[in-house]
Amino acid sequence: MASTLTIDKAAPRRNPGYGSMSRDRAWALKWSYFFLTIFAVFSLVPPLYMLITSLKSSQEISAATNPWWVFHPTLGNYIQLLTSNQFLTFFFNSAMVSIFVVTITMLISVPAAFALARMRFWGSATLATGVFLTYLIPDTLLFIPLFKMFATFGDWSGIQLINRWYVLLIIYPTLTVPFCTWIMIGYFASIPKELDEAAIIDGASWFQTLTRIFIPVALPGIIAATIFAFTVSWAQFLYPLVFTTSTDQLVLPVGIITTLIKGDVFNWGQIMTGALLGAAPPLIIYAFLMDYYIAGLTAGATKG
Amino acid sequence: MVDIPYQPGRVAAASTRRRRGGLAAMMKRKSMVAFLMALPLIVLIGVLVVYPAFYAVHLSTLNKSMQRFVGFDNFLFLFKRDTFWLVVQQSCIFAITAVVFKALLGFIVAHFVHNVPAKGQRKWRGMLLVPWVIPPAMSTLAWLWLFDPSYSAFNYTLGMFGIGPIPWTGDASWARFSVILVNIWYGAPFFMIMYLAALKSVPEQLYEAAAIDGANWWQKLWYVTLPMMRNIIAITTLFSLIVTFANFDIVRILTAGGPLDHTHIFATWAFRIGIEGSDIPLGASVSLFMLPILGVAAIFILRDINKRGNES
Repeated sequence: MASTLTIDKAAPRRNPGYGSMSRDRAWALKWSYFFLTIFAVFSLVPPLYMLITSLKSSQEISAATNPWWVFHPTLGNYIQLLTSNQFLTFFFNSAMVSIFVVTITMLISVPAAFALARMRFWGSATLATGVFLTYLIPDTLLFIPLFKMFATFGDWSGIQLINRWYVLLIIYPTLTVPFCTWIMIGYFASIPKELDEAAIIDGASWFQTLTRIFIPVALPGIIAATIFAFTVSWAQFLYPLVFTTSTDQLVLPVGIITTLIKGDVFNWGQIMTGALLGAAPPLIIYAFLMDYYIAGLTAGATKG
Repeated sequence: MVDIPYQPGRVAAASTRRRRGGLAAMMKRKSMVAFLMALPLIVLIGVLVVYPAFYAVHLSTLNKSMQRFVGFDNFLFLFKRDTFWLVVQQSCIFAITAVVFKALLGFIVAHFVHNVPAKGQRKWRGMLLVPWVIPPAMSTLAWLWLFDPSYSAFNYTLGMFGIGPIPWTGDASWARFSVILVNIWYGAPFFMIMYLAALKSVPEQLYEAAAIDGANWWQKLWYVTLPMMRNIIAITTLFSLIVTFANFDIVRILTAGGPLDHTHIFATWAFRIGIEGSDIPLGASVSLFMLPILGVAAIFILRDINKRGNES
């Protein structure tokens, strides 16, 4: 016992540097936790406040009590929203749009990314750069010409696309496809060439190589792109605001804002409940697939 | 022998004339397949991105009823309006302030997360990324409620310390502060996660070498971390500058441009004029003012990409 004690005491004396370094480290760690807690509070206040408000009745909201606490929790807001046809329509529209957009995006960008990553053709390098540049063109630049284009198309062909939720299926891919193609080009390029070369030697066609070899191997990259496409199409606000107006055609973000705010009357309990329900699908996906989401995020913006 | 594996360099070097002919035919077929695979992408980008972008330029040269060509009249009209210059000013203040603070905050938080033992990092990263995951239209509603003048939680809390009430979205400078604050809240996690990825890619040996040479933490940051992260910092900042400059949701929901057009940025003002005011050509002209900054940012990003492409 005594001998171990002397060794313990002697050790730092022999290497004074280590002792001070580990003390520095512990000190830095404490401060890191302290500041991280502050930042986490800053990050989580709005969503938590949504949750707090969603559990309050309108009487409690307009009473001048402490806003950070629920004194009489009630599920009234949730029941009211989830039984109202309007809200369910918005939710249904959002879900339909997102599912279709994700499908369309994957059908377009997986083969395109494969072609651009593996098979060179005339102008393929330019196209790969062009895809990235397209991703940089924001929706706020294109909504006016697109609106005019669709209006003209409606006048010319008689097919009315404006104010139909499915018009969003045509427009959203402009946001999702370039990004998904871009991150998948990066991911596909990291797969060893020997893999698909072997498949070609064995007599597989290019299409078979893609479906049998590439897609299974590149699944993490494809999942990252899928999550991305879903989050983007679920969260998009400008295009539905421009292209849809009838209550039965709206998607969730626009629906909540246009129907729950009546003039100057804000029914905050219901608005917060709606916002929380609207935020739930991306949050749930992210809770389970955070690593894919982050992989997509970092791969997309950095891979050259 | 149609299914010869594609090995351009090696095969071409060793090939006889006859085999080169076969190879050329196969190349043609392969490039054809590749082109067909990429065709939907090309059509989509062409019809729904490139064409509208040029169409916007065309629209901006028409009069309000879109029947007459008026040249630059829309732009000249904009230059004469005070609101336009207010929008230019606010767009720049908004984008630059928000991006600088997002980058700073992201950098600091990334370091703190990096400091924490690997086991706890996931938990912190998860919490700190939540603002980025919630659709901005939804979270901005929560902010709007937090900022509410009469019942808001912020003013109630500040009131306990004897401060306020603050007119968060009612007063011009406070409204500007509010939209920037919400944008920082929403965008900082993106920087955090990018910088965290960059920090993880800095080899630990460099820090050890620096420590042996007696570098303090500031010198380590300045001479090791920053040079290693320079590329990511540059590309993330440029990228975020584009997105922030073109922001719509936050400003639209929080202030809708008010009070007195003081928080309008290009996107929200273009929407107000083009869709709500149904003056499509003028709205298109306003949104076109975003092009120069996008162009400059795109050139820098492309240069960065090409540089890295040459290195590898």
